[in-house]
Amino acid sequence: MSATPQVALPRWIDIGLLPLINLVQALIVAGLVVLVIGVNPFDAMRIMAWGAVYDSVAISYTLYYATDFVFTGLAVAVAFHAGLFNIGGEGQAYIAGLGCTLVILLLDAYLPGILLIPLALLAAMAFGAGWALIPAYLQAYRGSHIVITTIMFNFIAASLMVYIGSDILRPPGDMLPSSREFGPSAHLPHMHDIAALLGISMPRTPLNLSILWAAACCVFVWVFIWRTRWGYAIRAVGLSPKAAVYAGISPQRVIMIAMCLSGALAAGVALNQIVGYHHRMLLDFVAGAGFTGIAVALMGRNHPIGIVLSAILFGALYQGGAELAFEIPTITRDMIVAMQGLVILFSGALAYMNRPWVARLYAMFDRRAVLAEAT
Amino acid sequence: MPAEHVGKAGSPSAASRPAAIELRGIDKSFGPVHANKNVNLTIAKGSIHGIIGENGAGKSTLMSILYGFYTADSGEILINGDPAKIHGSHDAIAAGIGMVHQHFMLVEPFTVLENVMLGAEGGAMLRAGAGKARAELERLARDYGLNVDVNAHISDLPVGEQQRVEILKALFRHCDILILDEPTGVLTPQETDQLFQILRALNARGVTIVLITHKLREILAITDTVSVMRGGEMVATLPTRQATREQLAELMVGRKVRLELDKTEARPGDVRLSVRDVTVVDGKGVTRVDKVGFDLRAGEILGIAGVSGNGQSELLEALSGIRPLSSGGIKLCDLEVSSNDPSGPAEVREHGLAHVPEDRLRLGVVTSFPAWESFVLGYHEDDEYNGRILMDREAMTNACGKLMERFDVRPRNPDLRCGNFSGGNQQKLILAREIARQPKVLVVGQPTRGVDIGAIEFIHRQLLALRDAGCAILLVSVELDEIMSLSDRILVMFQGRIVGEVDGDEADERTLGLMMANAHVQTDEAA
Repeated sequence: MSATPQVALPRWIDIGLLPLINLVQALIVAGLVVLVIGVNPFDAMRIMAWGAVYDSVAISYTLYYATDFVFTGLAVAVAFHAGLFNIGGEGQAYIAGLGCTLVILLLDAYLPGILLIPLALLAAMAFGAGWALIPAYLQAYRGSHIVITTIMFNFIAASLMVYIGSDILRPPGDMLPSSREFGPSAHLPHMHDIAALLGISMPRTPLNLSILWAAACCVFVWVFIWRTRWGYAIRAVGLSPKAAVYAGISPQRVIMIAMCLSGALAAGVALNQIVGYHHRMLLDFVAGAGFTGIAVALMGRNHPIGIVLSAILFGALYQGGAELAFEIPTITRDMIVAMQGLVILFSGALAYMNRPWVARLYAMFDRRAVLAEAT
Repeated sequence: MPAEHVGKAGSPSAASRPAAIELRGIDKSFGPVHANKNVNLTIAKGSIHGIIGENGAGKSTLMSILYGFYTADSGEILINGDPAKIHGSHDAIAAGIGMVHQHFMLVEPFTVLENVMLGAEGGAMLRAGAGKARAELERLARDYGLNVDVNAHISDLPVGEQQRVEILKALFRHCDILILDEPTGVLTPQETDQLFQILRALNARGVTIVLITHKLREILAITDTVSVMRGGEMVATLPTRQATREQLAELMVGRKVRLELDKTEARPGDVRLSVRDVTVVDGKGVTRVDKVGFDLRAGEILGIAGVSGNGQSELLEALSGIRPLSSGGIKLCDLEVSSNDPSGPAEVREHGLAHVPEDRLRLGVVTSFPAWESFVLGYHEDDEYNGRILMDREAMTNACGKLMERFDVRPRNPDLRCGNFSGGNQQKLILAREIARQPKVLVVGQPTRGVDIGAIEFIHRQLLALRDAGCAILLVSVELDEIMSLSDRILVMFQGRIVGEVDGDEADERTLGLMMANAHVQTDEAA
């Protein structure tokens, strides 16, 4: 009885206005930080916003970053629908990179790209899913909390990859703890190459075919979660585990399925970064995309469309931030990370901070509307 | 703080004195839900005032406003004639209002004394306050007959005594207006009588009592004045001695209600569900169900009575495959279930057992699903709802819409979120889902908990019709009236065991009540 009643807000407030308010709040605080170090915050904002969209190069970079965030955002969202907070997208994507690397290193001399790349993607997905399955098993059958285990598995993944990168995959004589460069058959085509085939001229950027895979993943997640009986089971477990058990759904199985899918989705980062751009296994190629995915999913309300939009926003922040660090030397790379952190903080961790007062305000206006109708 | 503990009200001067509580034009909305509409209410000092209404009528909202949990959108509150601003429970307590909640607000591992002192410790060090509190509790126990062992831990006390602790808490804070929200929901009939004795004793010493309930019998038994709420409005206030059951029921529902059921003779057939020595031990090692055995036949309703928390829930869960058996066996038609050979809910359902769960909101539906999605819960793998990969939305929505029509679920909108239906309509939806496939056995838990009178009538008729169509029905309920009016045979559960069986026609409240409290065992313990 003491609980505040959950007022259902219209969708435009829940998925439109609230994230927007969060974003504005984050920018205000970021502006204050910028002000403290003696830079005009409006200049900084302008450079940042402009830097993300000012020409086709900037837009391509923005989309390239956004691609990663779509994968990790979807990974978080699918787990979230099953009531699981998968903090391990970072590690799952990282281990997925090992999967595709191993396949490519073994086969790039023998197979054409059309066979090799799908095979590499499958391997990446299998590795990502496998890495997610261990915490999933521990949660489902041993009751270890998945937040704790997935966080720890990020560290394990990081250490494991340092070992593999420096001691196993590193070509003799090479100083860099990374694999050898892949053969050309393992290079996922860049979007500018594809555009050139169609006679359109596009600037050379890292944006590659992975973006289409990201789009496919979005459609797949939507159909799977909202249109199939497996998605139905996942949502039932996420929303009401007891009702799911009553219905004969096994939460254990659902946890395994959802996490498996989650890890496989996170593997898209490996496709974008390793097969699509670096063409070799690098240390730390995920670069925090797994964590950003949490904010992306929260801001996108765990829906593929929302995730695409918030992924593009975060992509713009990355790209615009890079421009800002370049234009204004007093704003260092670390400052940019701090500002991105603020956006993550406000739209992720504090996502529902504004809900109560917005709801109250809405109720006031809504009642007025009702009264107006009555008279 | 006014603490005038004077004699019994009702003297000629009572009319001239200011009312204990006066509410003027209270209005409260939650978004589009208008929970209280311009409510006016006067509660005379020293009276026992009943507020009756169906679930969702706005009783609890009104009392929450009075106790400071919510703030009214508009309207005035006067306590003892003075306008009061109540912004939180501390303001209410300061104004002399005490509240006993439906779900007790007690810290279970604490002792009675510690619970009573909580929030009124009287200083940083506990010892001095504890001494005073102990003395005060002794005085209250003496004055009002509120006997509780102050050193007992709450978790060791039966619910009836826990409730007394709640009353003590209020009195300890010098309340002279005591609000009780559905206080008898968890009590046996005998415990209810004891509670009413206590309330009369308090009232005799000048405490104004507000009793919120949906049970007509209690209103008629104890109150001086009764107010009826319906749809957020206060529809009537009248002296209780002028009120009748039928009249109050009609005021609550807004139309004529038939309170009696026509029941034909049962014609029991073959045994559909055979339960043998079923024992369920929970995760903490506590035996919840203790060697329970019975046979359930086609065409009969077997009622299981008992105070809530005596193993009925666990028995239901064991029968429906949600909880594994620790020992014993169940034979459901041709399916054998035992601890070595467990069957999950899906398998049990396939063998013809339908289950209307007692925890409707957490088990029966997914509140944030639209109605049609909850409507397929448990049947979501059926061919009729599935293509090869995609689910057939149209089939599900149509099936849901059709049964909403047949079971009179309102509003008739399969796309509405389950949480937005009233309790009665949610229950009808669940019943529709479970009955639709003509189950061989129906297991029902608390079918009318939190359900309005109109829907209760409907649900009871459906259950009887199903029985007459040859279904075997197991009915678990803490509402004795319900058990008695529906069951052909009645089993009574106490601490996980079946302690008695009574024929449906021969059952009376007193006998069942004594069995529910296992009275003969209590006298053994006293000796």
